[in-house]
Amino acid sequence: MRLLSTRRRHPLMRALFLALALFAMGALYTAVAPSSSSNADGGQSTQVEEGKALYQVGCSSCHGLQGEGTSQGPTLIGVGSAAVDFQMATGRMPATAPGAQIPTKPNRYTEAEIAAIGAYIDSLGTGITIPEQGQYSMSRPQRNAFPEGTAGDAEYNAAVEEYERVVARGGELFRTNCSACHNFEGKGGALPEGKYAPSLVGVSGKHIWEAMRTGPQQMPVFSQEVITDDDARAIIAYLNELHSRPNGGLDLGGLGPVSEGFWAWVLGIGGAVAFAVWITAKGVRAK
Amino acid sequence: MSEHDTHEKSRNVIDDRHPVADPGLEPHQPRLTDIDEHAANRAERQVVLAFALVPVLAIIFVVCYFAVPKTWEVNFGPLHANALHVILGTTLGGAILLIGIGAIHWARTLMGDHEISEERHPAQSSDEARAEALEIVEKVIDESAVSRRKLIIRSLLGGVGIVAVPAVVLLADLGEWPTAARRAETIERTIWAPELKPGTNEVAKYRYIVNDITFKRIKASDLRIGQLVNAEPENLQELHGTEFNQEKAKAALVVVRMDPNSIRVPDSRKDWQVGGILAYSKICTHVGCPISLWEQQTHHLLCPCHQSTFDLGDSGVVVFGPAARSLPQLPIAVDDEGYLYATSDFTVPVGPSFFERDSTKDFRKGDN
Repeated sequence: MRLLSTRRRHPLMRALFLALALFAMGALYTAVAPSSSSNADGGQSTQVEEGKALYQVGCSSCHGLQGEGTSQGPTLIGVGSAAVDFQMATGRMPATAPGAQIPTKPNRYTEAEIAAIGAYIDSLGTGITIPEQGQYSMSRPQRNAFPEGTAGDAEYNAAVEEYERVVARGGELFRTNCSACHNFEGKGGALPEGKYAPSLVGVSGKHIWEAMRTGPQQMPVFSQEVITDDDARAIIAYLNELHSRPNGGLDLGGLGPVSEGFWAWVLGIGGAVAFAVWITAKGVRAK
Repeated sequence: MSEHDTHEKSRNVIDDRHPVADPGLEPHQPRLTDIDEHAANRAERQVVLAFALVPVLAIIFVVCYFAVPKTWEVNFGPLHANALHVILGTTLGGAILLIGIGAIHWARTLMGDHEISEERHPAQSSDEARAEALEIVEKVIDESAVSRRKLIIRSLLGGVGIVAVPAVVLLADLGEWPTAARRAETIERTIWAPELKPGTNEVAKYRYIVNDITFKRIKASDLRIGQLVNAEPENLQELHGTEFNQEKAKAALVVVRMDPNSIRVPDSRKDWQVGGILAYSKICTHVGCPISLWEQQTHHLLCPCHQSTFDLGDSGVVVFGPAARSLPQLPIAVDDEGYLYATSDFTVPVGPSFFERDSTKDFRKGDN
């Protein structure tokens, strides 16, 4: 302080105080002004603009210039960004051709582009928005997340028990609500007239959540109020557990008696016939 | 030798019974192993190799049984399995297969291969033996006094016949006699039926519709168009054990919400739905499989067992498959807070047909 007081008449002091005052003013402004929301607003509106531009190139020929729908595709007003994320990130949309069912294919859009189109669709009408990770994701407790020693062991064991209880409940919910179409192993199944329920193996929890909430194609809606996020998390955790475990050998598509019977017929009876032919064949003769 | 000759002759005769001459056995041709010592030795080595691999596989089996941890997994293409199971299966299965392969190879290459034919003989006994047997039967009948004292055999047959009655009576344990009154409180009723005030026909308590598994009540405003809920009556929770399972199986429900403009609601069922929310039995009317495979765009509910298809946008009529009757619809309403409840039981019995079922009240396509 002595340094400052003795040099207070130094010509540079004026400049220093000016700089300090400006800094203090700026700091005060950033603390008080609603800068963050105004920034985000600006970002969002450019995101919506970007999304609209992408939408008009990639989607509008079937869903209409304003998302109002045409004879080729349904209206997108009020479907929400979760539907956009599900349809585009799994490669179902944009569809290459109309058909009984739109299949998945490699997705050619970046995450940011899909988010932009989602923001544009959200701006047309309120719908289901993309979920937070906590809404669909849940993982098995890890031992190293708990303290060392017997107290930590007990905590860890209790957490595992709770997790397994949730997974078992997810299994019950899955078998009641989902297995009619997606099969008890989540391997998918056939629907009338060339349609099908897709396999759930390797489908991300986020996409399963989005499909439940938005009801893509023939799939019924399972709304958040009826199948809560807790229920959805349990179902997804059950599927992850189910698909990470050994399935006991070649599962033959996990489709039940049809594929099992087919392979028993072809390999089992076919093999038995081949052996019978070998046993009774005369073989090479000397003459 | 002479017998053989006559037989050879008879074979070559063409008559009505044998329109094609029997060519007989073809002459024996020696195998490579019969004439070539090297080939025979090679075949022997192959057989011995197959047999020698058996103990090797058996030892691998035993060692792996103890040495391979149960947690090891195999991930090879579509094979995603417990390693121990794969090793035990392939070693033991391979050992048994090698025993068979060795034995058959041995028989085919080294054992004698002369074909032998053996003549069949008539199955009928000689006339003398048959006459003797008949004599014995007649003698037994005569000595048992049956031909003179007929009452004995009649009382015996009567007694044996009556013994069947206790066995038939035991069939009563299969279930209760399906009288009309008994049917009305079992297979023709579900726990959706409202609780009545004792001694009256006034409703004391309606049955709320709850989500299966979570038993949460369902708010009409929480259902979106295209939504399906697998539901049960709230009072199901009061039951336990066998009764719980039986009533759950009968009361199971699918609740769906459709755009009211895209469905046909007959005048008689105007009050059965809430703004396009309709409730149907989940039990197929064909053989009773639970069905919730619903296409939200076509409104078709498909049974996975035999492909019966019901149109939930048209009072559950059958549009495809072997089911003969429409899916029973449950009349529903909302309370002051917006929760869904059943205003009565199903108006027809749910599930597959039974002998005494009255099918006149079932909904038919075009009914109003």
